[in-house]
Amino acid sequence: MAGSSAGRRLREALPLLPFGLFVGIFLIIPTVTVIVSAFYLDGVFSLQRIGLLFSGTALSALGKSVLLSASTALIGAVLGAVLSWLVVSSSPTSTLRRVVLSLCSVLAQFGGVALAFAFLATIGLNGVLTVWVFERFGFNLAGDGWLYSLRGLILVYTYFQIPLMVIVFTPALEGLRAEWREAAVSLGASRWQYWREVGFPLLTPAFLGSALLLFANAFAAYATAAALVSQGSPIVPLLIRTALTSEVVLGQSGFAYALALEMVVVVALVMVAYNMLVRRTARWLQ
Amino acid sequence: MNRVLRWALLGAFAVFFLFPLYAMADFSTRNLISGGRTLAAWKNLVQNEMLYDAIIISLLLAVFTVALMLLVLVPTMIWVRLRAPWGRRLVEFLCLLPLTIPALVIVVGLRNVYLWVVYFFGESALTLTFVYVVLVLPYAYRSIDAALSSIDLKTLAEAARSLGAGWTTTILRVIVPNIWSGILSASFISIAVVLGEYTIASLSGYQNLQVVIVAIGKSDGPTSVAASLATLVFGFALLLILSLVTRGRSHDAAIAAPAPVTARKRQG
Repeated sequence: MAGSSAGRRLREALPLLPFGLFVGIFLIIPTVTVIVSAFYLDGVFSLQRIGLLFSGTALSALGKSVLLSASTALIGAVLGAVLSWLVVSSSPTSTLRRVVLSLCSVLAQFGGVALAFAFLATIGLNGVLTVWVFERFGFNLAGDGWLYSLRGLILVYTYFQIPLMVIVFTPALEGLRAEWREAAVSLGASRWQYWREVGFPLLTPAFLGSALLLFANAFAAYATAAALVSQGSPIVPLLIRTALTSEVVLGQSGFAYALALEMVVVVALVMVAYNMLVRRTARWLQ
Repeated sequence: MNRVLRWALLGAFAVFFLFPLYAMADFSTRNLISGGRTLAAWKNLVQNEMLYDAIIISLLLAVFTVALMLLVLVPTMIWVRLRAPWGRRLVEFLCLLPLTIPALVIVVGLRNVYLWVVYFFGESALTLTFVYVVLVLPYAYRSIDAALSSIDLKTLAEAARSLGAGWTTTILRVIVPNIWSGILSASFISIAVVLGEYTIASLSGYQNLQVVIVAIGKSDGPTSVAASLATLVFGFALLLILSLVTRGRSHDAAIAAPAPVTARKRQG
């Protein structure tokens, strides 16, 4: 009896094998390689690579990455919430709403190299806006090359953070029912009181959750920064690039593994917190 | 007053989002030497050999990635719904995992795996197909999952099987035509992701479109901007067509709004 049920299990599981093998080889093995290699040096357990994470370079990169992710998450979350409010408060069938939501779903994907070149064409040394402002006002927007520094990255990242916020936050705003406002108003609440006592408290978990998602999104982003900052490694993803491409020179073989582990840990922690907040929001969003 | 503020805010957002796109078009057609307009940068898309080759490579990668993704994912997702429901959570978890594990981390751990891939398939940028399939899994999974949820899969499959169809016929001729919208959106999103991919290609030393765009950008800005804009417009067109096709059917909301974190982007 047990044998036949095991046989059935096996027949059920067999068609899953190609998928399992594929994901195992190209996703699980690389991830496990990173985690194991961060702790093992030539087959022996060692904290040497992890120790490198506490060097000045690595700590400064982590600090700047956190600063970049946190500030763009905050700016993106606030501005994105404003934009989704503008969208939600228009009529559900309006063209504006459809256009903005479609555009946002596209723009949120618009990271990468193209975004870097979009901003180079706008406010780079010969950028369209730079040239225009210089001709009109004699002021050099590109200035000291700030676009290639952390401040520039903050501006550029905001471009994909706001649309992402609109996509993840709009459902929560739509979940606020008109009945709740009507109930509050009929009990004598002012518009402001409704928002302070009902609206904001209900939206807070969704807002914080979305902001966390934006944080993880910025923290893991690589292509835009890599295309914009060709030299130096102010943030963690770029430090990983340096570690990967000049391993031998630095004599820090495997430093990339430790940095990649650091990135996984940060992103995973943020995503766990995000999932907890989402579950809380889902309770009243049904 | 409220109305004015509303439109002022919307206008500000529109400028912030649309101006860089306009700037790309302007910048890529400007003649930096003698002033005026020129299409030289756009002609380079086909005339510059390195760029043209890279465009071909990226398009091939997109086609292969979509093919392999559908081949691996569709039968698996149908099977866990019909015969192996115990595996459904696990498959979902694995498919969504790349959202939590950044592409950058995958590429760091990929070296040993790619030693084998190169050993079996030779040294070619097209071997990136394998890891790109992993990259597009979350988006593809959500699209196909939404389509599968909207049909009565069990009844369809049982009807086909009781009429004597084998599993291949059931999947290819009965189920697939019914989840066509999901397959289409999974394919479109995958194409957009692959055409925009830079992280993995650049760090594994292969030359796809985005890697070449960055390389050219060091000496010839307008050509890179033109190529970037071309990729973008292509991606915009794909995703807009998709959101127009899928809008109007409420249960497809998940498809119209591609999954967050990128690429990716996104990110990617």
